[in-house]
Amino acid sequence: MSNLEKFRDETRAWLEENCPVSMRTPMPDFASGGDEQPWGGRNASYPNPDTKVWMDRMAEKGWTAPTWPVEYGGGGLTKEENKILQQELRRIDARPCLLSFGIWMLGPALLEFASEEQKQKYLPPIVRGEIRWCQGYSEPGSGSDLAGLQTKAEDMGDHYLVNGQKVWTSYANKADWIFCLVRTDTSVKHEGISFLLIDMETEGVEARPIKLISGSSPFCETFLTDVKVPKENLVGELNKGWTIAKRLLEHERAMISEMNMGAGEASLGGMEELAKEVFGELDGMIAHPTLRDTVTRHKMDEEAFGLTLRRTGELAKAGHGIGAEASIFKYYGSEMNKRRFEILLELLGTDALTTEGEGHNQDVMSISPQWLRSKGNSIEGGTTEVQLNIIAKRVLDLPEGGQA
Amino acid sequence: MTTESTEQPKTDFILSEEQTMLRDTAKQFFSEQVPISNLRKLRDEESVDGIDREVWKQAAELGLAGILIPEAYGGTDFGVTGMGLVMEEAGRTLAATPLFSSSILSTLILLEAASEDQKQAILPAIAAGEMIVSVALEESGHHNPAAVSMSAEKKDGGFVLNGRKTFVLDGHIADKLIIVARSSGQIGDINGLSLCLVDAVAEGLKVTRSKMVDSRNSSEVTCENLSVSADMVIGTINDGAAPLERALDQARILLSAEILGGVNEVFERTLEYLKERKQFGVPIGSFQALRHRASAIFSEIEICKAVVTFALSQSDKKSNQIARLASLTKARLGEASTLVTNEGLQMHGGIGMTDDVDIGLFMKRARVQLQLLGDPRFHRERYARLNGY
Repeated sequence: MSNLEKFRDETRAWLEENCPVSMRTPMPDFASGGDEQPWGGRNASYPNPDTKVWMDRMAEKGWTAPTWPVEYGGGGLTKEENKILQQELRRIDARPCLLSFGIWMLGPALLEFASEEQKQKYLPPIVRGEIRWCQGYSEPGSGSDLAGLQTKAEDMGDHYLVNGQKVWTSYANKADWIFCLVRTDTSVKHEGISFLLIDMETEGVEARPIKLISGSSPFCETFLTDVKVPKENLVGELNKGWTIAKRLLEHERAMISEMNMGAGEASLGGMEELAKEVFGELDGMIAHPTLRDTVTRHKMDEEAFGLTLRRTGELAKAGHGIGAEASIFKYYGSEMNKRRFEILLELLGTDALTTEGEGHNQDVMSISPQWLRSKGNSIEGGTTEVQLNIIAKRVLDLPEGGQA
Repeated sequence: MTTESTEQPKTDFILSEEQTMLRDTAKQFFSEQVPISNLRKLRDEESVDGIDREVWKQAAELGLAGILIPEAYGGTDFGVTGMGLVMEEAGRTLAATPLFSSSILSTLILLEAASEDQKQAILPAIAAGEMIVSVALEESGHHNPAAVSMSAEKKDGGFVLNGRKTFVLDGHIADKLIIVARSSGQIGDINGLSLCLVDAVAEGLKVTRSKMVDSRNSSEVTCENLSVSADMVIGTINDGAAPLERALDQARILLSAEILGGVNEVFERTLEYLKERKQFGVPIGSFQALRHRASAIFSEIEICKAVVTFALSQSDKKSNQIARLASLTKARLGEASTLVTNEGLQMHGGIGMTDDVDIGLFMKRARVQLQLLGDPRFHRERYARLNGY
């Protein structure tokens, strides 16, 4: 038996024994950010105690961050082993054991840029789900022009004094720490930015949720007023934060592309089944001819896009570098996801526009908040226009400077 | 123990060294021996053959005419992926050769259904470039194999054919034709078709050349009491549909590879133009209105590459998903080539409208390719049906 086969057998046996039965059922109320979601953190509550049991058991094996090095609490798995772990998790329909910006975004950046001391300090609590992180990037005056950020960190000798305002900080009101881009030199743009870690409990940090068109408030405004931050919380070199920021954005874009896949109508049986249900069948086909074509176009887009992701994965594994080309995933994936919800609304008509009412299906009513939420896909993490700019500049090498 | 193999390397998208060499050979051959000027010459001199026979001979000598043909029949046996790479390069120079008609479409039908004797008699000649075989399938302006009405009435163990075919690629220079005829069933029923191999000089066969917008060869074929003996039927009588569909699916994917070559070429030329052409004192490629469109096109082409490459590799793996993938691929490439040739022409501005600049030739070729073996609408409908909705 090969090592990988052995790993699969052991993993399967371990999961059978350790994944609580209730963690093999769909997450309730996924769309509206139900409170069984395992985000961890100091103030986490666990209405279903199994959520915590599952998280702790996985964390103990380092499998909340399967490929991170063992010395920082990770699982130390190879890519192949992690693939098997993910397959086995899917096999038993296991819920995610931990949702974490620390794992998806900050951790990879720390592994690459942080000091040994910082890695020891920050990574293990992320793996264990003890500290929940949020990202302080955008500011009221710096959206697409992120590098224009103004939040200032002044060197006060033994600490930095931070003043400014961040916006679109996901779950800042629930997070324990924030990783922040701050201005440490006002005389230059990109070269005057540093990467700072700030405890949200520090005096002068305040997060206020922003109510979105979907009705939910996953994002916050974060105010930083005379916040004292120890100097050892600086990651990487002073004024070299933009390099870290860009790398982290790549992780963020990858995360958004992945999150966009799936969900949505899954609980309703797929767009094509839904169309049959609503408009009836004609010889096994969706009876509405133009909607059938619309659904088909979308299904073809999804299959083609899936193949594109697979191709990129294979090329990357074979050592063909993938850099700015990844921008096409963010661009195409988010636009496709928006189209998907437009089609679902078209399919479901007023049923999907109903937000509350007797005799209405919960899953159908969950579509409209998702539809509204999807509009942010082509804005967050770099707008569609920013992605197209990146492709034009970095991939196509088109000249710059035109105004007309 | 698990049955799935987890350690086998996946190679759906990565070329082998051998395939890379084949692509390089094809690239060099088409760019040096069959550049676009070759097509212009054939068109402007009103070439009778519509192809350059000397060039086709050279292609055959390089083994390009027998890529799909096993070595036992004189071919080079590089498989569908190998042929896809060749087609991509052919698409870049709009090479007018019988590669698609004879070495792909006819060859695939023969490989799928022909008897050993038939294969031995024909495949080596196709591989050597000595024989051109064309397929006579279409009867209207829209691809629709189920609508074949060319009648095949039983006589003396064989058939008598009556009817008319259109859009027969390279028909007027073909030595033999594979005529798809209805030997049973109703028009509109994909079952009941027979594949008949007919000599170009057979009595009762009339082939007349048509001129197409892309300056490539096409013909009208009329059968009037044309006799087909039993040994000239390819495969089983009345059961031609299954091998025909399998051949058509592989051909659709290979045609998509040719379209991809054209799309790549047009986009590269357009990018060059965006960098060179100056208006308002700056390169027009610095204008965001054009940059964004160029980036969107780039994204679409990346998707096309993935789809084509995957479909080619799945053809070689004899996947049972080929019909779906063929429709996915042909629909996508048809739409992509429309987008890219239209945008390419628009971005070239006025000179894009002139015959001197090649963009127009690519647009015309793309339009014929789009129609050939099913347009995007045909393939979207088919994809939906194959997926059960």
